[in-house]
Amino acid sequence: MDTSKSKLPPIGQLGPFIALFIACAFFAVTTDHFFSGGNLSLILQQVMVVGVIAIGQTLIILTAGIDLSCGMVMALGSIVMTKLVADMGVPVPIAVLAGIGVTALFGLLNGLLVTRIKLPPFIVTLGTYNIAFAITQLYSGAQTVTELPESMTWLGNTFALGSAQVSYGVVLMIALYLGAWFWLRETGAGRHVYAVGNNPEATRLVGIPTERVLLGVYVLAGVFYGVASLLAVARTGVGDPNAGQTENLDAITAVVLGGTSLFGGRGVILGSLAGAVVVGVLRNGLTLMGVSSVYQVLVTGILVILAVTVDQLSRKASR
Amino acid sequence: MTRFPAAPTAARLAALAAALAASAFAAQAADEPVIGLITKTETNPFFVKMKEGAAEAAKAKGAKLLSGAGKTDGDNAGQVTAMENMIAGGAKTILITPSDSKAILPAIKKARDKGVMVIALDSPTDPADGTDALFATDNYKAGVLIGQYAKAALGAKPAKIVMLDLFPGHPVGAQRHNGFLKGFGLAAPDAKTNELGKDAAIVCMADSFGDRAKGQTAMENCLQKAPDVTVVYTINEPAAAGAYNALKKAGKEKGVVIVSVDGGCEGVANVGKGVIAATSQQYPLKMAAMGVEAGVEYAKTGKKVSGYTDTGVTLIAATAVAGVESKDVKTGTDLCWGKK
Repeated sequence: MDTSKSKLPPIGQLGPFIALFIACAFFAVTTDHFFSGGNLSLILQQVMVVGVIAIGQTLIILTAGIDLSCGMVMALGSIVMTKLVADMGVPVPIAVLAGIGVTALFGLLNGLLVTRIKLPPFIVTLGTYNIAFAITQLYSGAQTVTELPESMTWLGNTFALGSAQVSYGVVLMIALYLGAWFWLRETGAGRHVYAVGNNPEATRLVGIPTERVLLGVYVLAGVFYGVASLLAVARTGVGDPNAGQTENLDAITAVVLGGTSLFGGRGVILGSLAGAVVVGVLRNGLTLMGVSSVYQVLVTGILVILAVTVDQLSRKASR
Repeated sequence: MTRFPAAPTAARLAALAAALAASAFAAQAADEPVIGLITKTETNPFFVKMKEGAAEAAKAKGAKLLSGAGKTDGDNAGQVTAMENMIAGGAKTILITPSDSKAILPAIKKARDKGVMVIALDSPTDPADGTDALFATDNYKAGVLIGQYAKAALGAKPAKIVMLDLFPGHPVGAQRHNGFLKGFGLAAPDAKTNELGKDAAIVCMADSFGDRAKGQTAMENCLQKAPDVTVVYTINEPAAAGAYNALKKAGKEKGVVIVSVDGGCEGVANVGKGVIAATSQQYPLKMAAMGVEAGVEYAKTGKKVSGYTDTGVTLIAATAVAGVESKDVKTGTDLCWGKK
């Protein structure tokens, strides 16, 4: 057994959790307010939108793809859902399903362009990023959609758990992560995702329908973006056409910090959750310390380089 | 074989060419003045209003308006391309809201060297004399007005101020922030600096990026640090709406004075709803209309405008306070930009 191979991957997988632990410990020591049930559950609420987007992004990155359109598609989903309810009086559950349907359709579009026309995912999603943005602005008339019914923002409500206020949306996010984790590890379809990312040619030769797997991944990611749309509406209480502008890079950052390789085939999806939470912890902790947000950006950048370096080193070791 | 065409034919050809050129010149001179408007983006309602104002003014004055924009805030290359195309299309005056106050300078210099008058709208180039003139809001004054209002509205309550800024280093963000401190009666940097002033009364400073969701996150984090906040300064109205949401979730929205800048229709509506206590309203339409007027004047008389013209800022508040002049929500709504 190659001992160097078994040495690095565990760090690659545990890395994000270690980083998260260190960050939390640091802020717990240097500030008064960080380490409380209320504050920690607040951070989870703040990352739940990016967190759920990152599930879809992880799936796509596992196939060695990338999705730059995720944030804009999420915003479009929010606008579709909220406008249907506010303008046309559509019942909330149907409007939500319609919003998720639209985001899934964008996923399908991305997937078809990648699999049938064989375009690079970076280019495809750069294009759909612009298209989704334009449609969102046109459909919403650049107006925020307000006056939404309680049932639509329910996921933003919280229940008490000790001193913490946990929002239902956070519970949903954690459930989705656990579900995705189980699916990727234990089901054939999930393992095919890794296989396609690892070596698409070999996977195809073995008889796995790589095109169908890829297409499925993009559509599934689209569904997750639709769920994130609803979480965004629940969190802010409105449909905001200007939302989602930085979520694509935020989600990619979470995935990379979480230890998933940008080159595909490797990564644990729970790491993306840790990655998303680390960014939230940095933002919250530095604000509590009174440090300028510039340092949050600096530390995030350094962590990203570290994460990618660890991934590269462990790739080399396993060759 | 003769090298040149027969002289009579050549003379006729030359005469024909001269006549055509002369008539082209005459046509050009008789043509309406062509003015180009380049905004940062096409979609921000602030710039949409500017374009509307410019189009109306152009129609009223018999000028032709060409409009363009970058793709996103910060897209300098897009603005440069638009400028080149407009000048090629005959524009003699360019009105521009620069996305990047430094990077746009070479393109502006090229234009001015060709005799094109360039006026900056809403925000200056760096340095400001890179353009012929600047028509913009006095953002420092906008901050001073809401600072004065906040101080008066607070009354006897202790000042515990949360500042939700744009992001570090932005001139407009710094001017509004420092103006607010000055208006509130605290020691403040002057209008020239890009540094954000600090004071003991400020219990938390965070960046909102002018975004609703990010403003909410920033306010939530500040509330953890300073739950007894009494005043919230916000860089613009979406950030203020996000801050209000955070306060509401904590059950604190009643006791806190939130002030903002912009005067967009959504923001003014929020003043009416009690979400924002007061906002400084600015006038993109006026900036554009003044720009078009200046362009028409230049085309007709060759006279250029210069220097900085303040396009005005008005405090809009639902409840007036003593010692600070403000206009009510109805006036604010009549004058607002965006969709009413």
